[in-house]
Amino acid sequence: MAGKTLYDKLWDAHLVRQNEDGSALIYIDRQILHEVTSPQAFEGLRLAGRKPWRIDTNLATPDHNVPTTARAGGVDQIVDPVSRIQVKTLDANCDDFGIVEFKMNDHRQGIVHVVGPEQGMTLPGSTVVCGDSHTSTHGAFGALAHGIGTSEVEHVLATQCLIAKKMKNMLVRVDGELGAGVTAKDVVLHIIGVIGTAGGTGCAIEFGGSAIRSLSVEGRMTVCNMAIEAGARVGLVAVDDKTIEYFRGRAFAPQGALFDAAAKAWATLVSDADAQFDTVVEIRAEDIKPQVTWGTSPEMVVAVDGTVPNPTRESDPVKADGIRRALQYMGLEADQKITDIQLDRVFIGSCTNSRIEDLRAAAAVVKGRKVAATLKQALVVPGSGLVKSQAEAEGLDQIFIAAGLEWREPGCSMCLAMNPDKLGQGEHCASTSNRNFEGRQGFGGRTHLVSPAMAAAAAIAGHFVDVREMMQQ
Amino acid sequence: MKKFTQHNGIAAPLDRANVDTDMIIPKQFLKSIKRAGFGPNLFDELRYLDEGQPDQDCAGRPLNPDFVLNQPRYAGASVLLARENFGCGSSREHAPWALDDYGFRAVIAPSFADIFYNNCFKNGLLPIILSEAQVDQLFREVAEQEGYQLTVDLERQVVVTPSGAEFAFEVDGFRKHCLLNGLDDIGLTLQHADEIKAYETRRRQEAPWLFDAIHN
Repeated sequence: MAGKTLYDKLWDAHLVRQNEDGSALIYIDRQILHEVTSPQAFEGLRLAGRKPWRIDTNLATPDHNVPTTARAGGVDQIVDPVSRIQVKTLDANCDDFGIVEFKMNDHRQGIVHVVGPEQGMTLPGSTVVCGDSHTSTHGAFGALAHGIGTSEVEHVLATQCLIAKKMKNMLVRVDGELGAGVTAKDVVLHIIGVIGTAGGTGCAIEFGGSAIRSLSVEGRMTVCNMAIEAGARVGLVAVDDKTIEYFRGRAFAPQGALFDAAAKAWATLVSDADAQFDTVVEIRAEDIKPQVTWGTSPEMVVAVDGTVPNPTRESDPVKADGIRRALQYMGLEADQKITDIQLDRVFIGSCTNSRIEDLRAAAAVVKGRKVAATLKQALVVPGSGLVKSQAEAEGLDQIFIAAGLEWREPGCSMCLAMNPDKLGQGEHCASTSNRNFEGRQGFGGRTHLVSPAMAAAAAIAGHFVDVREMMQQ
Repeated sequence: MKKFTQHNGIAAPLDRANVDTDMIIPKQFLKSIKRAGFGPNLFDELRYLDEGQPDQDCAGRPLNPDFVLNQPRYAGASVLLARENFGCGSSREHAPWALDDYGFRAVIAPSFADIFYNNCFKNGLLPIILSEAQVDQLFREVAEQEGYQLTVDLERQVVVTPSGAEFAFEVDGFRKHCLLNGLDDIGLTLQHADEIKAYETRRRQEAPWLFDAIHN
């Protein structure tokens, strides 16, 4: 019999009940809640008179709607009344049900996918869900983690289980050595460019190979974060010493002898050598250059030294139509050089790229330089209060401010513009976030997805530049 | 949950691939703490020429005449024809809520994004996967024939065209059972409470660190 994949092991360890028709009940160890996708779930519980099954497996924090400007005045200071009600509703629901919440002005508040691992709430071998598709991030630690809808948030609150069907196993192996200036973000954008935005539909993608192993755990989080942009609800990276060491001393992680016992179990969370995958994709690390998306889907991506595609060279009519539509929305010409795209704003943040290493990479590029005068705004939004403090302790905030970037309070911010940080109509933005969909960062806004280093370089130049060239200057 | 057994209604063609959930219901409407009322903002950025705001009366807003649902021949449509990877992007259940609130009961496409597909079933909205060739055929027929209606029969798992042609589709047995009977997932799961507790007892031995409380 063939060995098991990491996904197989996680699935088997959480299987409560297997039904004959292929559906199953799987046990959920951790749920993270935020203000946008939870209010209707709490309302559903109340209407049905149900109590949460295991209240102390949940952690909440508001992130999507919170302002990133000074907010010492608390929730009452949120200007948009609809946003304010949503954040207050989360606070009230958590208070009522007794759920631990890092409220807006708690120093541990932040983006759910930054906070979960940072607190050791996410653990290797655990199942983690959240009403947010980027929950795939947590798979970087060998946790089975995926986004769910609001009905499922309610289901997990009430039963500690999910009704699920086993996914297929897909392996994306990136072997070789990444070049200088090529980051985890470039790796995952390149992968999405190769397999497409639906390439992983129905699959749990394990990212493996020497290039993935050489990434830091934060880099692996960036890769798994965007598994969903390749259609896969689940992204995974095998556990190694880096994973285990990451959890030492974290608030909700086991301590002392229990940590040692856990570490022993975690070390087995790798795919067996003879495990069978349904699909294997092989990528050479040396082929990956810094990436920039030009269109309105993450798969519409090219290397920074490339050009915007020409629909007349696309043989598939649906794809050619998609390219034409995207060019029109983005205000770009076919065959235009990527480095000729002029920018209006730069956004460094989001659950994809707002951790300390992301901020260090961006700061290293802007240090001693100035943001281009043509830029309307360049924002740096740390992923959590703890990331913010760490960055300030390292002096990164001062580097950003001296270069002319704005240093903000933690939250999702301009990734999806549910708070006041948004693009104006027609504005081009170099963004370290995860989605370049039409209107995503603001009505009529034009998003280009890049790494933190590339966003920082673009902020200095006012247009896209190859960060590798800037690093040599 | 709302039952789905059989449905007949006008089909509307949305001829673009990778329709994402931001397109189905833009983020500003996600600030609502309710489940209902998203219909007027379904496809908001495609449907209207201005930027929509939450709690706004949409009656006076300028419509995009080129958008398919604004064409009189598709008024009252309840079956949406779509292209590949429909519903990609975020996990927002507001997407099926908006489709449902608008009046759609079924979406037919060659493929769907996983989370969206799953969310539909929780809301009595049936996502149907047909082959690309079949979907192409439906797109051609709906363009040719005004008032084109489709019948969706979940019990028999077929889509029936006006000419009587039938296209069979697959659906997971458990989901079909829940939809046909309008069953509540949570109630069904709680019937297995003993198995959940037995799992917890066993698992607590294997991995006690997963049973430490999240605390303040």
